[in-house]
Amino acid sequence: MAFKTPLYDEHVRLNGKIVEFGGYLLPVQYPSGVIAEHMAVRTGAGIFDVSHMGEILYKGKDALANLNYVLTNDFTNLKIGRIRYSVMCYEDGGCVDDLIVYRLGEESYLCVVNAGNRVKDAAWMKEHLFGDVEFKDISDDVAQLAIQGPLSGEVLGKYTELPEKYYSFIETTILGKNCMVSQTGYTGEYGFEIYCRKEDVVEIYRELLKDERLVPCGLGARDTLRLEAGMPLYGHEMDETVSPLETGLDFGVKLHKDFIGKEGILNRVNRHRIGIKMIGRGIAREHCDVYKDGELIGHTTSGTHLPYLKGAYAMALVKEDLPAGTKIEVDIRGKRVEGEVTALPFYKREK
Amino acid sequence: MKTPLELKYSKSHEWVKITGEHECEVGLTDYAQDSLGDLVFVNLPEVDQEAVKEQTICDVESVKAVSDVYSPVTGKVSEINEELLDAPEKINEDPYGAWLFKVVDVEDFEGLLSAEEYEKVVEEEAH
Repeated sequence: MAFKTPLYDEHVRLNGKIVEFGGYLLPVQYPSGVIAEHMAVRTGAGIFDVSHMGEILYKGKDALANLNYVLTNDFTNLKIGRIRYSVMCYEDGGCVDDLIVYRLGEESYLCVVNAGNRVKDAAWMKEHLFGDVEFKDISDDVAQLAIQGPLSGEVLGKYTELPEKYYSFIETTILGKNCMVSQTGYTGEYGFEIYCRKEDVVEIYRELLKDERLVPCGLGARDTLRLEAGMPLYGHEMDETVSPLETGLDFGVKLHKDFIGKEGILNRVNRHRIGIKMIGRGIAREHCDVYKDGELIGHTTSGTHLPYLKGAYAMALVKEDLPAGTKIEVDIRGKRVEGEVTALPFYKREK
Repeated sequence: MKTPLELKYSKSHEWVKITGEHECEVGLTDYAQDSLGDLVFVNLPEVDQEAVKEQTICDVESVKAVSDVYSPVTGKVSEINEELLDAPEKINEDPYGAWLFKVVDVEDFEGLLSAEEYEKVVEEEAH
């Protein structure tokens, strides 16, 4: 059975094409189409329903110690009002999930996790709790919107103050409803995410959409945008068989501290995540074999035609780190098509 | 959704424009392009390639997925619409103008659907 987010009826009303993702019924696109939605975020502003994401609270004297033990990043110097990315690992170094952590107060933190992993994550976190900590999965009470694109600040700024810095947040109100607004996103673009009570989200969503510059965007554009920005997605660039270092998330792994999976991670650095630009005719998708000089070196983890860059790109996990410019071949449905290793991210916004 | 009356259709969502006793043009229907979404890549058959009824002959790709195109008739490919190789979005914009390939030496046009019959197929599929 699939869940509906509080905005389900809005997506249907907007003629969204509904699919199941992470256990939720969500629009993959609206009539405007993936390309138009993608371009709206790169050049204007788009709005996504991301209410399917999971939210988990840690509160108490030992909240910090718990997070530092169960997650790979170090939160010791994370200030109130700031956010930090992390991975959560199994003992053997494989990834349970990736997530972002908000420091809400002196002793309280909010973890935002992938929808499809939420139950598994909560069980894993709970299993490893220690000391004086209160743990709560509040996912079912919280709705989340993402407003992304160069015009997102202008659109959202009509209703609320905005957090000034990337990966920071403020507590505020929109239409008199309590919200948390963070400067975060999964598109590689300037943008914000709003957290509110699920009862309040329909009113906020409808009000925001009165600004015609804001284009409703679906999961299709969310995927092409994150891929263009070189961002990994759980289940593709990482899973329980891949360590965060293998998939290039070194910045989210702090080896100076002790945490679950540290040894496992160190014992397994066999692969590297690379970016590929297709040169020959063809679109590499996920699970295509990658060859260098005729030798199988790995496989693609995501790939499609990227609307802003207007070309076929893929990410791959391969057994050696290859410099940009290296010629490789990708097996696309039985045909070897030429590609070239390209630095990640494929797209980086100008600041 | 448009379904021009003068064309014939296949259950796999290709349209057939009969241009001579043994000749036709083949393209993708409005319903097909709408279901696929923005097309970004087209693989066309080779000229002189054999076309076999109800068998894969080429494919089209949207941002999300690859979809096979089935030949609605048996015959020989005589021409391909090379313009689409650089502009696959023409299939979305004008599905009945953007023919994919032409077939000659067509054995017969039996079993193809009328516009009315095809609309019923689509209706059933949509439910």
